Amino acid sequence: MGSDKSNRGIVTVLGKDQIGIIAWVSGKLAENKVNILDISQTILQDFFTMIMVVDLSTSVIEMGELAVILRTEGQARGLQVNIQHEDVFTYMHRV
Amino acid sequence: MTITFAPEEILQTIEMVRNENLDIRTITMGISLLDCTDQDLKRMERKIYDKITQSAANLVKVGNNLEARYGIPIINKRISVTPVAIVAAHLDQDGMVRIAKTLDAAAREVGVNFLGGFSALVQKGLTNGDKALMRAIPQALAETETVCSSVNIGSTKAGINMDAVADMGGIILESARLTAVKDGIAAAKLVVFCNAPEDNPFMAGAFHGVGEPERVLNVGVSGPGVVAHVVKNNPEANFGELANLIKRTAFKITRMGELMGRAASAELGVPFGIVDLSLAPTPAVGDSVAEILEFMGLERAGTHGTTAALALLNDAVKKGGAMASSHVGGLSGAFIPVSEDAGMIRAVEEGALTLDKLEAMTCVCSVGLDMIALPGDVTPETISAIIADEAAIGMINKKTTAVRVIPAIGKKAGDRVEFGGLLGGAPVIEVHPFSSTQFVRRGGRIPAPITSLSN
Repeated sequence: MGSDKSNRGIVTVLGKDQIGIIAWVSGKLAENKVNILDISQTILQDFFTMIMVVDLSTSVIEMGELAVILRTEGQARGLQVNIQHEDVFTYMHRV
Repeated sequence: MTITFAPEEILQTIEMVRNENLDIRTITMGISLLDCTDQDLKRMERKIYDKITQSAANLVKVGNNLEARYGIPIINKRISVTPVAIVAAHLDQDGMVRIAKTLDAAAREVGVNFLGGFSALVQKGLTNGDKALMRAIPQALAETETVCSSVNIGSTKAGINMDAVADMGGIILESARLTAVKDGIAAAKLVVFCNAPEDNPFMAGAFHGVGEPERVLNVGVSGPGVVAHVVKNNPEANFGELANLIKRTAFKITRMGELMGRAASAELGVPFGIVDLSLAPTPAVGDSVAEILEFMGLERAGTHGTTAALALLNDAVKKGGAMASSHVGGLSGAFIPVSEDAGMIRAVEEGALTLDKLEAMTCVCSVGLDMIALPGDVTPETISAIIADEAAIGMINKKTTAVRVIPAIGKKAGDRVEFGGLLGGAPVIEVHPFSSTQFVRRGGRIPAPITSLSN
């Protein structure tokens, strides 16, 4: 589970449900040539929660830069948006 | 490709970072300076400067990149070097100060906030280099910003060098005096150890041991806030259940350290050393070890039961952490630095936590009497006696103990000192008024202890 083996990220979007969240996030990802591999969407702890697995191997920007874009633009929409390398979750939750 | 994590797991990770102050406290690059020795001081300064700036040129950049990629803050990027008393054993006091300034310049050039290793290992006795370095400590720390110093004055195998202990009382006091206008901050960069580890990534006691490779990358994790959250949410759990919950949390925290350490090591081309399994508090609210003890059911940290609570916490952190990492080392345990822990500060201010109780707590946790402000009129002999007590605990219990106390020049018990940043601020704590002078001045060494007959 080394970071060299994959270039997948986990995008999480938390906030109040509103029209166009998925359109906005997937638009941003497409703009940067990031491929969406899977999407799940639930209401958890009274929050709209969307989790996406994305592949950054074709991405035109670094994950860190994409994180800044998603965070700042998300904030403007009242959403908390993160993107983190999947290794964070693999390491933390899988033995 | 499907999502292989439960949403709860993903949200838990995000919650830990956002609300519970989960972070990597430090990635510390150890750099050997053994090949920088030179009879010509100017050439030696150049060699040291070049080696550090070349080795750590990308340390801060790589740290920042990892932080962005993984979304886990890395608070500090630091450097530790071979104990300067070994590398510069031929220099005099002034030469040692010049080396400290060289280290400071190199640290600033690469952008790290602390560099450790202005150190000497004198548990058995002093070389000429050790003597020169120890004399140089006050000026070196007062005239540099990033340089940290440590002196190992005892070990389980060697006993306690009481001559060095006697010297250190005066050296700590002098360091504080030279920086009295900044509340004695030089003393906050100086640690006195018993059983000092050679791979500790945490300041101010980090140095690159002589058994270490050319370069190495060590990681110190943190996360008192995450543990506090778990303890708080389980008020009914019995001790077995509580220990289990803490273990599981420590595992998760430590895994982040392991991940970051491995990634940084790969990107920098420097071997990965160890993860230091520590609960390192910060002055931020909600990032306190004292708070964990209070959530366990103590009205204030320092009251009866505190040592037991800390013992459980410390052991559970180690058990959980040890499984999460391939190599564990450094100090590994819960830290109880007073000025860096909002809960400890409150406990001292309210009279719940005293120096004597802190000493008792260090018997069951890492690492010692840490960041404690003493009255300005404290005598060097009293400081030495405090060091001797703490070293005795380390020597007998085969563990690392340390003393980092800051005499608050011109202040008395109950006043406050402010160091700023991660070092925080603290109320001045009372010391015993009775003298230890005659004891400290006996000189010689306390013999190494017998290790059987273990009561």
